[in-house]
Amino acid sequence: MTETVLTGSGETGSDVLLEVRHLVQEFVLRDFGGAKGGVLQAVSDVSFDLHVGETLGIVGETGSGKSTLARSVIQAPPPQQGEVIFQGQELVGLRHKALKAARRNLQMVFQDPFSSLDPRWSVSRIVEEPLIAYGVGNMAERRDRVKSVLDLVGLDPGRYGIRRPRELSGGQCQRVALARALALEPKLILCDEPVSSLDVLVQAQVLNLFEKLRAELGLSYLFIAHDLALVKQVSDRVAVMYLGKLCELGPVREIYSEPLHPYTLALLTSIPDPDPQVGRRDTATVIKGELPSPLDPPSGCRFRTRCPMAQARCAAEVPELRPLSDGRYVACHFPLAGSWPAEGALPQASPAMTV
Amino acid sequence: MAAPATAAGPGRESAIQLAPAPLLEVSDLRVTFRARGTSIYAVQGISYTVEPGQTLAVIGESGSGKTVSARAVMGLLPGSASVAGSVRFRGEELVGLSQADMRSHRGRSFAMVFQYPERSLNPTMRVGSQITEAIRTHEQAGKKEAHDRAVDLLKMVRLPAPERRFYEYPHQLSGGMRQRVVIAIALACGPQVLFADEATTALDVTTQAQIMDLLLELQQQTGTALVMISHDLGLAATYAEDVMVMYAGKVVERAPAKELFAGVRMPYTQALLDAIPRIELEPHVLLPVVGGRPPDLAAIPLGCPFAPRCPGVQEDCRQEAPPLKQHEAGRWWACWHPLGKGARP
Repeated sequence: MTETVLTGSGETGSDVLLEVRHLVQEFVLRDFGGAKGGVLQAVSDVSFDLHVGETLGIVGETGSGKSTLARSVIQAPPPQQGEVIFQGQELVGLRHKALKAARRNLQMVFQDPFSSLDPRWSVSRIVEEPLIAYGVGNMAERRDRVKSVLDLVGLDPGRYGIRRPRELSGGQCQRVALARALALEPKLILCDEPVSSLDVLVQAQVLNLFEKLRAELGLSYLFIAHDLALVKQVSDRVAVMYLGKLCELGPVREIYSEPLHPYTLALLTSIPDPDPQVGRRDTATVIKGELPSPLDPPSGCRFRTRCPMAQARCAAEVPELRPLSDGRYVACHFPLAGSWPAEGALPQASPAMTV
Repeated sequence: MAAPATAAGPGRESAIQLAPAPLLEVSDLRVTFRARGTSIYAVQGISYTVEPGQTLAVIGESGSGKTVSARAVMGLLPGSASVAGSVRFRGEELVGLSQADMRSHRGRSFAMVFQYPERSLNPTMRVGSQITEAIRTHEQAGKKEAHDRAVDLLKMVRLPAPERRFYEYPHQLSGGMRQRVVIAIALACGPQVLFADEATTALDVTTQAQIMDLLLELQQQTGTALVMISHDLGLAATYAEDVMVMYAGKVVERAPAKELFAGVRMPYTQALLDAIPRIELEPHVLLPVVGGRPPDLAAIPLGCPFAPRCPGVQEDCRQEAPPLKQHEAGRWWACWHPLGKGARP
């Protein structure tokens, strides 16, 4: 019950575990008869690094391409363009055996714990499967490994090992999915909205489990979520994604205390807060309108159609994700830094936020 | 808050009335599901009132009975459910009414917005027809009149290009736009109580803010009472005046939102608050959690339902369930050992 801060092994972030460069993932839609019906630009020119022991959070709305980005990293399907370098090895273009070998250190946990587990398999078998697939140990060794990972995620192997997913709660299922991902001792776990289908008390339990495992096993996470507060809780750095592009990337404290991209600010002001002191925010900063279609994204800056401070240049010129000081990156022609505190647009500063 | 637009509901005048009857009065509502010889006590005696223009948030985890209790008020439960207790709308008793009589209330007295807009809408019908259907089911209206009113409703919920959208199908709209259509249908006959059952849970945070702002604005225009059912305490704190927390089929705490969050009394509410990741917290701070799971609703436990998980549990908590009582003006809680003012365990 005490508030403990777990410091990961790689706060300094010297070693790059995953390098993503200019990744592009597009899907061609087909009309009747196979005619080309348009190109869905799911991920457009995304680049970032992920360091050993680091958690990189990716936030964005539905349709921003964050799940597609994670799937492109594990090559399911491989991206159209760009590079994905994991532990110094280029994954794009790898085939069958080589790809399988590379994926051993790269596991994934999905959003829906029920549909990502085979309903007919027992928990032990689900967790053992990756070990069989990679030919790890003999039967006795695999059983021991299954028991130890189930213990690790807080499930009693004797009690839960023989159960089927339908006999478990959502939180327990997600623990099984995590145990399956951990069985092969991966370096990096890609988590795609891993707790968003869970109730708030269970969500807190599972989030704490993620933190505990990260500290104990020296894991790295690519943590995808739409909830900014949740991402802040687990991340070292955060990337904000909008319509297939990164808007902003940087250390978590700086992004939350002083967002540079207007979209990040809009997201931050949209969060309902359980503190009555914060109360109802200024509705003027709630962004208007709908996410444009990824089939036909706006020219220039993709956020310009909903941006309150868009200007002519935003339509003409695509803003590149450019580095600023202190490891921050922003893709905006007119970042908020200078004018930011002037208007009442910022979320009300509480002591913890003004670090 | 604005006064209700229309004065008289469908209810008949009671003979003697000392005080005007509340708009909606739920007392000792119990819902039991019976299946294969077992009974599930989904709602175990809850009481609350809703006044015109009020915003009440009902908060709880999955299975706490928040949706079931709202559906019981609406008369939308399946035949396997038995409803006991009393639900009075402007003094008229609704429990025990026939489906036909309930139909005359639905839409006009109260309406509901559900969690998944794509499941509330018929995928094979044009958006406009679904609104005119709602209007023409509950009221005498010609086709032209219904059409005009539907377009006005789409304008009111700020759907862009309402005349064009009228002829589109749900799949041509985004999730936020679909939820606007569902709200338009719910508001079609001017309900006096609007239930929003996790109406923004399936939406993105920016869309959620748009929809909640819209609901509150429409509420202020029409004087409708809003009962928002949610698992999100943050949403309740931001948008509701009153908050009612449910656990295992019971109301465990009720208070005005500001007072509740300034000093929680019931340990369960505190546990819910503590478990929310908040942007004020530092990264990698572990959240305080309570272990365990909500009790099985197939049996009503002897003591307080939260006792097995409560960090401050005492012997008497396991012996007798604490009743929900008003301890301070406007503040109700069901706990033998409430938390002190502002103190955290």
